[in-house]
Amino acid sequence: MSIYLNKDSKVIVQGITGGEGTKHTALMLKSGTNVVGGVNARKAGTTVTHTAADGSSVELPVFGSVEEAMKETGADVSVAFVPPAFTKDACLEAIDAGIGLLVVITEGVPVQDTAEVWSYLQGSSNHGGTRMIGPNCPGIITPGEALAGITPATISGSGPVGLVSKSGTLTYQMMFELRDFGFSTAIGIGGDPIVGTTHIDALAAFEADPDTRAIVMIGEIGGDAEERAAAYIKDHVTKPVVGYVAGFTAPEGKTMGHAGAIVSGSSGTAQAKKEALEAVGVKVGKTPSETAQLMREILQGL
Amino acid sequence: MEYQAKELFAKHGVPGTPGIVANTPAEAREAAEKLGVCVVKAQVKAGGRGKAGGVKLAKTPDEAEQHAQAILGMEIKGLTVNRVLIAPAASIEEEYYFSFLLDRANRQYLCIASVEGGVEIEEVAKTNPDAVKQIAIDPGTGVDEAKARAIVAEAAFPEALTDQAVQTVLALWKVFVEEDATLVEVNPLARLAGDRLEALDGKVSLDENAEFRHAEHADFEDKAAADPLEAKAKEKGLNYVKLDGAVGIIGNGAGLVMSTLDVVAYAGEKHGGVKPANFLDIGGGASAQVMADGLDVILNDEQVKSVFVNVFGGITSCDAVANGIVGALDILGDEATKPLVVRLDGNNVEEGRRILQEKNHPLVTLVETMDGAADKAAELANA
Repeated sequence: MSIYLNKDSKVIVQGITGGEGTKHTALMLKSGTNVVGGVNARKAGTTVTHTAADGSSVELPVFGSVEEAMKETGADVSVAFVPPAFTKDACLEAIDAGIGLLVVITEGVPVQDTAEVWSYLQGSSNHGGTRMIGPNCPGIITPGEALAGITPATISGSGPVGLVSKSGTLTYQMMFELRDFGFSTAIGIGGDPIVGTTHIDALAAFEADPDTRAIVMIGEIGGDAEERAAAYIKDHVTKPVVGYVAGFTAPEGKTMGHAGAIVSGSSGTAQAKKEALEAVGVKVGKTPSETAQLMREILQGL
Repeated sequence: MEYQAKELFAKHGVPGTPGIVANTPAEAREAAEKLGVCVVKAQVKAGGRGKAGGVKLAKTPDEAEQHAQAILGMEIKGLTVNRVLIAPAASIEEEYYFSFLLDRANRQYLCIASVEGGVEIEEVAKTNPDAVKQIAIDPGTGVDEAKARAIVAEAAFPEALTDQAVQTVLALWKVFVEEDATLVEVNPLARLAGDRLEALDGKVSLDENAEFRHAEHADFEDKAAADPLEAKAKEKGLNYVKLDGAVGIIGNGAGLVMSTLDVVAYAGEKHGGVKPANFLDIGGGASAQVMADGLDVILNDEQVKSVFVNVFGGITSCDAVANGIVGALDILGDEATKPLVVRLDGNNVEEGRRILQEKNHPLVTLVETMDGAADKAAELANA
């Protein structure tokens, strides 16, 4: 078991013919993901050639729209590698088509575009009940089953840990630290001020997933998603959760790489997030390694 | 800054008088001669300018020149005042507050309006919370005239001002949407003599991610006030923030770099309290040139005593990063003088470590773990 993504997922790539789309389509296939095609309106009707996990050659069809791609292939997951200027339209198209899971990798999307997409997702137009992950995220991986995004599939195998993180490289670091235990699913939710899937969404899904036995939650400065996740954990999560928060040394008013990573006045500080998590009994590590060690101790006691 | 916010207000028809920007006391005098009784206002990206003595009333051009003399060069919250705004003095009858902003928590926009303005809205929220109205705005539908009327009614602005207030709200909404802002704030929105409504002071925060559709926003950047190292990094397309410590940091991925700063500060507690000198995310590529550019910026920071390169090879393979470091040291040659602690993990790490060991550069120390490397870098910075 896993959350949101599994071996039966059929994945299409929006922007499959671009540089990033090409590179990561290859890596998703190599990891064993069932990539069934892609979308690029200007190259509809053509195919792209890739290598499947077993080394054989595959021709992936390029469709003119997400709707067409879904109809022809039965795809239920789309991974978007489109430039920021076109990301909003790509998302709206995927939502209109009723895709089940939309993973938006693109970094640098204007926040008003994401806000409009989010509003659209809440409205009655969202017939298919699309779940969006991202933007500005590494995507989601269910090790051994499927990868929808850019997380290296070679870091860790499958196991009992569920991971949700705002950061890509901290996701990789934590998967590396706990690779001897493995992961049910690891999700990078993204570092933008507005993202589709939140810590809370992932916590709820991990709580309900029988194969996830413990959860690592990684946050960073900016906003109050971690504080709200802490409140959620208190009332709804029975599985052990270990936390890590990055950005204790970040100065006020400076954006630290991620568009959403900013301390504004006294809000959004790492200290406040750590305290909120600890107040509900979540152990918070001082470094990624210490966090992994806390999880290790929990896993050994289960 | 205020004068830039006012330029955007004027562009979208928000009522107000932009005033005249002056870079010297002589220019301030000239502006005052045109405007009559005026206010000389320090232009820095910080609140509390009045309290810091950066806002002064001038009854004559002489006074405007003297005030400008005193205010130019002043430091407000660590920022040097390089220009002043000369704004016509207004006879204010009432002061209100109005803003549109991004509401991260609820993934929508928020309008905050209050009939108590002219002071910080956070203060009003404490002293008289009922006077602060918050109105949610759906990004899908935005603000049309009906919504603007609803906002004005909720805010309880005086009836005599209703139509003006509706037009002002619509104009401010245009600023918010058409300029891709994350905050548009007017404080005070003032009722002047004769029931005129004007934006007397304002602040606009723009979304950097939207720069690709607003080339003109680049002009708003205050190059003179920017830290020289930050300016240099920006020129080279590096994601760099200058801090005050002695351990230079290079890493990949915003989260990992933030974490690296914390881990260094934590390790520094055992080494004389040394702290990280900067944030620098070189992203996924980490080519020799990007690594060289990054090292070049960091080694030019006089406060830096050691450098910690912390890379987790995800898609990037560690041999490419190691070659980047070796190549960067070759490019920099004798200019590289400070010790480098390198920690590599992930994709193709053995080859990466082998390359660095083989090169055996006298400045480079390879440490296996992130915590261990942070400790070593802090130790070297405290030597």
